[in-house]
Amino acid sequence: MATTAAAIARAVQSGETTASAVLESHLDVIAERDAELHACNYVMADEARAAAAAVDAGDVTGPLAGVPVALKDNMCTRGVPTTCSSKILEGWRPPYDATVVERLRAAGAIVIAKTNLDEFAMGSSTENSAFGPTRNPHDPSKVPGGSSGGSAVAVAAGYAPISLGSDTGGSIRQPAALCGVVGLKPTYGAVSRYGLVAFASSLDQIGPFARTVEDAAITYNVISGHDPRDSTSYAEALPAIGQAELDGDVSGLRVGLVSELLGEGIDDDVKRRVAAAADALSAAGAKVEGTSVPACIYGLSAYYLIAPAEASSNLARYDGVRYGLRVDGDNINEMYKATRTAGFGAEVKRRIMLGTYALSAGYYDAYYGKALKVRSLIARDFAAAYEKYDVLLSPTAPTTAFGFGAKTDNPLAMYLSDVCTIPSNLCGDPAITVPYGVGDDGLPVGVQVLAPALGEPVLFRTAAALERSLA
Amino acid sequence: MTLPDGWEMVIGLEVHCELKTQTKLFCGCPNMFGDEPNTNVCPTCLGLPGSLPVLNKQAVELAMRIGAALNCAITPSTFHRKNYFYPDMPKDYQVSQYDEPINTNGVLELPDGFRVGITRAHIEEDTGKSTHVGGAGRIHGASHSLVDYNRAGVPLLEIVSEPDIRTVEQARSYVTELRGIVVATGASDGRMEEGSMRVDANVSVRRGPDEEFGTRCEIKNVNSIRSLGRAIEYEALRQIDLIEAGERVIQQTRHWNEQEGRTITGRVKEDADDYRYFLEPDLVPLAPSDEWIDKVRTTLAVLPAERRAAVAQATGVEPAAEPVRTVVDLDLDGLVVGAISSGADPRIALARAANEVAANAEGGRSLAVDAFTKLVEMESGGKITATQSKKVLDVLLTDGGDPEAIAAGLGFEAMDTGALDAVVDEIIAANPAEWQRYCEGDQKVTGFFVGQVMKATQGKADGKAVNAALAARKP
Amino acid sequence: MSKRLTRDEVAHVALLARLELTDDELDMFTGQLADILGHADDIEALDVSDVPAMAHPLRLTNVLRSDEVVPSLDRDEVLSQAPAAEDGRFRVPQILGEEP
Ligand SMILES: [Mg+2]
Ligand SMILES: [Zn+2]
Repeated sequence: MATTAAAIARAVQSGETTASAVLESHLDVIAERDAELHACNYVMADEARAAAAAVDAGDVTGPLAGVPVALKDNMCTRGVPTTCSSKILEGWRPPYDATVVERLRAAGAIVIAKTNLDEFAMGSSTENSAFGPTRNPHDPSKVPGGSSGGSAVAVAAGYAPISLGSDTGGSIRQPAALCGVVGLKPTYGAVSRYGLVAFASSLDQIGPFARTVEDAAITYNVISGHDPRDSTSYAEALPAIGQAELDGDVSGLRVGLVSELLGEGIDDDVKRRVAAAADALSAAGAKVEGTSVPACIYGLSAYYLIAPAEASSNLARYDGVRYGLRVDGDNINEMYKATRTAGFGAEVKRRIMLGTYALSAGYYDAYYGKALKVRSLIARDFAAAYEKYDVLLSPTAPTTAFGFGAKTDNPLAMYLSDVCTIPSNLCGDPAITVPYGVGDDGLPVGVQVLAPALGEPVLFRTAAALERSLA
Repeated sequence: MTLPDGWEMVIGLEVHCELKTQTKLFCGCPNMFGDEPNTNVCPTCLGLPGSLPVLNKQAVELAMRIGAALNCAITPSTFHRKNYFYPDMPKDYQVSQYDEPINTNGVLELPDGFRVGITRAHIEEDTGKSTHVGGAGRIHGASHSLVDYNRAGVPLLEIVSEPDIRTVEQARSYVTELRGIVVATGASDGRMEEGSMRVDANVSVRRGPDEEFGTRCEIKNVNSIRSLGRAIEYEALRQIDLIEAGERVIQQTRHWNEQEGRTITGRVKEDADDYRYFLEPDLVPLAPSDEWIDKVRTTLAVLPAERRAAVAQATGVEPAAEPVRTVVDLDLDGLVVGAISSGADPRIALARAANEVAANAEGGRSLAVDAFTKLVEMESGGKITATQSKKVLDVLLTDGGDPEAIAAGLGFEAMDTGALDAVVDEIIAANPAEWQRYCEGDQKVTGFFVGQVMKATQGKADGKAVNAALAARKP
Repeated sequence: MSKRLTRDEVAHVALLARLELTDDELDMFTGQLADILGHADDIEALDVSDVPAMAHPLRLTNVLRSDEVVPSLDRDEVLSQAPAAEDGRFRVPQILGEEP
């Protein structure tokens, strides 16, 4: 069962098949594979069957009519558990739907499952889930990447043709690369964050996973656009991705290969795949050359101060008062401490403490304040690069999928998995990863295309060209 | 009140005003006092995971009105998060304007001309409300607390004064004037009892105006203008006692205890004052256009100072005089000026409004100007006495109606001079010793005679006429 | 900022964040956080004195909504998610340290 969202929607609309039949075949895949892969926190079989019946009854039509979609379990679904893979939210049933969920449903999509993630999206391997890790379908002894590992696996293993993840420092793109699927982090502000449980508000962005560039584009078209409930949502109409982009004509396109992201720490087999992608674009008529984005190398340092700082505040509300876990205590402070100590895992605690420290009296200027200035430097250097190039090219992740436990004892080593993806989040720019062959171990490698803010059209054009070059 | 020789108090006030919007600051829930607990809540004001804030335009408008009325600069501004754990704060941070507030550098002129600097007036969100169970409803000794988030996210404007205030009277006058301004601009109800206006006082003392400022304490939980004076006075004396005993004042937050009439040490937080402020990433900067600011400034309501001037103009009484301030503070100036312009006697109109009507200001604000005018005319024309006039007014304020009909219903009609003369003669005859003293110039017995005449006439006599009749009989 | 993070600082931060750490955890987190902050030493050397802070990637201003009431949530649904509720309110343990 590996057909595309575009093909399913066409078949359902033409009456060739029904949404219910499509759904059942996907539920069968989940039933068959998820005991091993553990990509799902919750399979919404009943809700999905009702939604498919409504599509079949003609009540809902749209570009995703009858297309199953999996959602990272940090997006609110009314009445359906939304856990962020954390004990602190176990059993919480939100009283509202995220904007992206409303939009998917309005487009006819069938929400089939809530997928596993690193707790509160903090991690790069999905090993930080309170409910156990997710396995990579290409090699179940390897991690799927993270934090949106469950959504990447759902698409890679055929649970659904498309899924949504969230990307704060690479959490869509890195697992997409490690699982061999397409993953898009849209421009900050292009997709509403309303109903996305916040990790780091100035960096978080929802985006699609898909097996094809076209499916990623269809999904992006559905979920993007202004939302009056999100103050950080672009008010102007965004260009929809259409056939013009998907044709993948890159002749004359100026492509810069980012030298800082092809240096030490990037595996040679990964570098070779990026070089192959560059060659393919050249062959298709693009002008590819090496370039430098100097401040890029400071991305990791800035990110690991800014994201935890925002997270320390965003995660304060998990205090046992209004929803989620409570562990009793004799007074309010004891209750707070008992609840948060029992409810959060080690990585979440680490980042909360790091962020609290970076913001605390006496350290703000040295850490958080400094990181914000470095963020400016990085944005400045990328802006300069986009004067000369339409898009930039880099690896998505430094390595192919790694083994369980390989980096869990060394947080810093784990953080380095995000070195290529972090700059786009800091700048608010879009980036896409396209599977581009395999590494020496036979596991998928992704190449990343980066563009300036609202550059999704050129991003998709380039991605389509890369996809076609492999066909 | 006076402080011990040479001592001076230095006061800065922080006033939180709830802005009178339809909805909360960042969500569409009703901004409503007194509803069933937790019925005006949504994902945003409950701080549910995934929820986001969107700024209420009307809250900005009202904040700018107050800023304009306080002669502030209205500037581009931003919102920060103030992080601390507290159960009535749904997100465990408060969204508040920090280093870039919307209103800065204003001034508030008190009726007597004293000017108090306004440091800033910034927008922030209110918290929910905790009810303490057990321990007589107080937090101390309570077994547990219950939280209602209806108020969480209600827009507030926090107005911070410079430490320019030097006396309790100025502090009271400042709050009264500020209250008048926020009510006049339609920005707030200014009801201290309901908590829609809350005052915290920063108090320190020093030995004379040339000394450095002393260490200050912040006094919270002051629920009326009267308590404000008591609290400041208590706190200043407490600090002076400490210093005179050779001890130091420790900077802290103290709570005013109304029953005990003293301030007590407040919250001691283990993480005191490390609020880890940072720019709220879920909101964008606010920069009202020049057109918007101009419109707010040019359409500003008539402020209390201007209204006092109007009353002064109409009555010939000084604008800072107590009755003038009273009628403006209680929103009765329209009644006074209206009655005067319809021909009512200015002094009587002001006196009745500032005393009897003021005692029932609620009724006074719905009192018809022509009814009040007629009443004042009946009194000034001698148709009824001052005493009768007050009684008619009493009925008018509670039930409304026509003053003539009310007076008739109460059996009030002017006594003719002949009837009064007869009564006066009768009473003089019955009290020869008192009359003797009156004739010798003892003013104290005047009241006795007036009282006797009133009693005999069931209050129908006019006090002035009785006085005249007595004087006329003096040999 | 290359100065080492101390165990006491980590304990203070845990207090601010309402987290309880065992002695072993305190040691572990102190080491790990020091490593992460040590990595950030690379930005210490940068002269950014004339660089503006960039707290947010968007340049929007004045995102405002009109003052119109939107239906609130159903109280029963809200309180059904609460760990403890009483009388239509969220029940919490004793709040200490507010007044003597
Ligand atoms: Mg405040
Ligand atoms: Zn609300």
